[in-house]
Amino acid sequence: MVEVVLFAIFALAALAGALVMVTARNPVHSAMGLLLSMFSMAVFYVMNGAHFVAAVQVLIYAGAVMTLFLFVIMLIGVDRAVDTDEQIPLQRPMVLLLGGGFVFLIFSAAWDAWITGRASGVCTVDCTGTIENISSELFGAWLLPFEATVLLLTIAAVGTVALAQFVIKPRLLESRGDEE
Amino acid sequence: MIPLLAQASTDGLTVEPHWYMALAAVLFAIGAAGLLLRRNALVMFMSIELMLNAVNLTFVAVDSGLGSLEGQISVLFVMVVAAAEVTVGLAIIVAVFRKRATASVDELAGMRG
Amino acid sequence: MDFLIFLIVALPLAGFLELLFFGKRIGEPGAGYVASATVGISFVLALIAGFDFLQGGEHGRTVELFAWIPSLGLNATFLWDPLSAMMTLVVTGVGALIHIYSIGYMHGDPGFGRFFTYMNLFITSMLLLVLGANFGILFVGWELVGLSSYLLISFWFEKPSAAAAGKKAFVVNRIGDFGFLIALMLIFNSFGSLDYGSVFEGAEATLTAGTATAIALLLLVGAAGKSAQLPLYVWLPDAMEGPTPVSALIHAATMVTAGVYMVARTGALFELSSVAGAVVTTVGALTAFYAATIAIGQRDIKRVLAYSTISQLGYMFMGVGALALVGGVFHLVTHAFFKALLFLGAGSVIHAMAGEQDMGKMGGLRKKVPVTFATMVIAWIAISGIPPFAGFWSKDEILASVFNRGGGYIVLWAVGIVTAGLTAFYMSRMMFLTFWGEPRWDDGVVPHESPRSMTVPLLALAGLSAVGGLINTPWRPALEHFLEPSFELVDQTHLPEAGVQVALAAVSIAAGVIGLLVAYRRYVSRATQLEEGGRWDTLLAGYHVDDLYGRTIVAPGKAAADVMAFTADAKLVDGAVNGMGGLVNWAGRILSKLQTGMVRSYGLGILGGVVGVVVWLLVAGGGF
Repeated sequence: MVEVVLFAIFALAALAGALVMVTARNPVHSAMGLLLSMFSMAVFYVMNGAHFVAAVQVLIYAGAVMTLFLFVIMLIGVDRAVDTDEQIPLQRPMVLLLGGGFVFLIFSAAWDAWITGRASGVCTVDCTGTIENISSELFGAWLLPFEATVLLLTIAAVGTVALAQFVIKPRLLESRGDEE
Repeated sequence: MIPLLAQASTDGLTVEPHWYMALAAVLFAIGAAGLLLRRNALVMFMSIELMLNAVNLTFVAVDSGLGSLEGQISVLFVMVVAAAEVTVGLAIIVAVFRKRATASVDELAGMRG
Repeated sequence: MDFLIFLIVALPLAGFLELLFFGKRIGEPGAGYVASATVGISFVLALIAGFDFLQGGEHGRTVELFAWIPSLGLNATFLWDPLSAMMTLVVTGVGALIHIYSIGYMHGDPGFGRFFTYMNLFITSMLLLVLGANFGILFVGWELVGLSSYLLISFWFEKPSAAAAGKKAFVVNRIGDFGFLIALMLIFNSFGSLDYGSVFEGAEATLTAGTATAIALLLLVGAAGKSAQLPLYVWLPDAMEGPTPVSALIHAATMVTAGVYMVARTGALFELSSVAGAVVTTVGALTAFYAATIAIGQRDIKRVLAYSTISQLGYMFMGVGALALVGGVFHLVTHAFFKALLFLGAGSVIHAMAGEQDMGKMGGLRKKVPVTFATMVIAWIAISGIPPFAGFWSKDEILASVFNRGGGYIVLWAVGIVTAGLTAFYMSRMMFLTFWGEPRWDDGVVPHESPRSMTVPLLALAGLSAVGGLINTPWRPALEHFLEPSFELVDQTHLPEAGVQVALAAVSIAAGVIGLLVAYRRYVSRATQLEEGGRWDTLLAGYHVDDLYGRTIVAPGKAAADVMAFTADAKLVDGAVNGMGGLVNWAGRILSKLQTGMVRSYGLGILGGVVGVVVWLLVAGGGF
């Protein structure tokens, strides 16, 4: 019963955070809303026994990534005028229609059978997401993908450095955009 | 009473994995809406993060429903990719902002036909 | 021996290739030496290989070089028999002399190296033509001599008239080649082979009279194109736009005789069709007479010789058409000597007159260019049919043989006799107008004798023109014996009895003498100047045949081409192609509107796609 209460509280928190993030004019508020959602996720992870993932969620997402976001928001200034009236015709009604339709479809299709797959049978004894279990899996069967992520992160780091140093020539960006 | 809760109540009302999945679907839709409705590149980015988080939640929920670990492993990979994406994406936003002094994606329509 | 025969062709080819790639670097006069040396050595080799026959060597030796088109059983094979040996000797011998002459004649021309490149290409092609052991090689040579002829006629291509003349020669030859090609297809269809041996030996057994006539007449179309016979002769007078040595070598001595050679070579086919033989003889006689009348009215010294060549080729066609194959080939040889000499002499005169070709502006050149004059006199007498010079023997053999066929051929013989008189007249007219009388030179022209490299070939050819006829006299028919193996399959027409021969010879000599005397009275005694006006203009314009062809063939052809080019092609074909392009362009313009540059619009598209996929999955999976 405690679980249900916790789920209800944090589900509401996650939804509220998400809505704030989407609707807030001020990007800082958006960031705070996303932060709330992410913390709620971390709680859900714990409730599902994914302890390690929960820890990573708090450390990396709620901590590092959101800090980066806030840092960039502060760096480029809080521009409230960006989101005023919609300029693309039919964008808002279409988004609401398709987004609502998407949720409706998921719910109507999965109403009786949310989980249709089968367990792979790797962990038959203990499937708790502890560091031990995760790492024995990760450095066993998933070693190659793990190493691939190393490459990905290296490339991302190099790309970021390059973007920071590379001066974009004005005509590359402005040749078409400035005709307006 | 909707069937979801009715089923739960007979078992003494415990949190079922599909509750998380339903919540994740809604969060995903909200994220998608934010992506499509907001013009601030930073907010759009946050929306993408929200969508990724929603997917992560389904992974974890399915894991506990099936009693497996692959979902959580996948979540870790998604997080790594998301982290890489965020660093590069934010670097691009900063670079563009230095040139154009705007974070609105609608003003970056130079590649129209 | 086989290698020797290969070398005969390979040497001019090597010379051609060397000049093609290094001609500019070798320059003048080196290019001329290279070209003359290769052809000259070829001549010597041909002599060596030819003596083999006199010592009882193998007749009809084939030299197989490589398999060319195996699916047709067609190989690159040379045939070394008396006929091809004869032709090879004429081509390389006269060719070498004209090469040497050209070193002097082309002196100082900016295209000196290019000229000899083309000349060697021509010699190579001509040797392929005469040495091929099957119709395939013959055709390759046939086309290649056409190409080199085109290149050499329009050698001074900056002159529009020269470029047009080359084009005309090429196009008219194409008409003939078309007939030739169909003939080859018919031959292959009938025999399953293009080898001379299998075709000629199987001809009598395989061919029906109709097929034989069709093949022979189609071959005649090809021969008429290449050898400038009625009605395809019109290109040859214009071909005089080329340098004079070219006129001598290609358009008098060798290439234009390819048609005669081809008819002689395929005599076994013509023998099967009396119709075709009669047609060939008639075409020859008419051409001979017709061209001789036009030659009377010409002012340009080279055009006189051009029409004279057409006329003499007519004689050769008379000979081979009447199956007097030896006579035809004999006249081909002697004509090569004296007509090459006449052209080279005319070139020497033109050279002396600083490029002047109009006989109206010559006269009295006897003393100024003595060597040229003396040698040309020999050629003049030779072509006029005065014994013992070369032309008499060969022309008389043809006429006597034609007479001996009897029947309608006697009419053609009469035409030939009249033509002989005309020939003597127009040649004398040319000589008298050029060398006798008062000088009518333009101011500033100082005639001078040509350099030695030009006069030496003249002297050599004069010698051949004088005594060349003695290789085949009625009482000592050496050439006939020599050529016998080549024509053993053909039942040839022979000379009449000795008494009739003498009588016929007397008639033809009389015709020649009458022609000479009339011309002498008219142009020397009465000193008649170059005629103008009235019928002379008609003759000068060659009976306006060019205009006639222009109106009846060229103009409709151009009109049809215009329709095809500017209506069918420009509107229909191009329209369809451009229409496709336009359609794509239009679609691209419409579709590019979708490319708004708005990332969020694209995102909406993705969301729509996702929803669509979900719907599809649900419908396909039976979820609904």
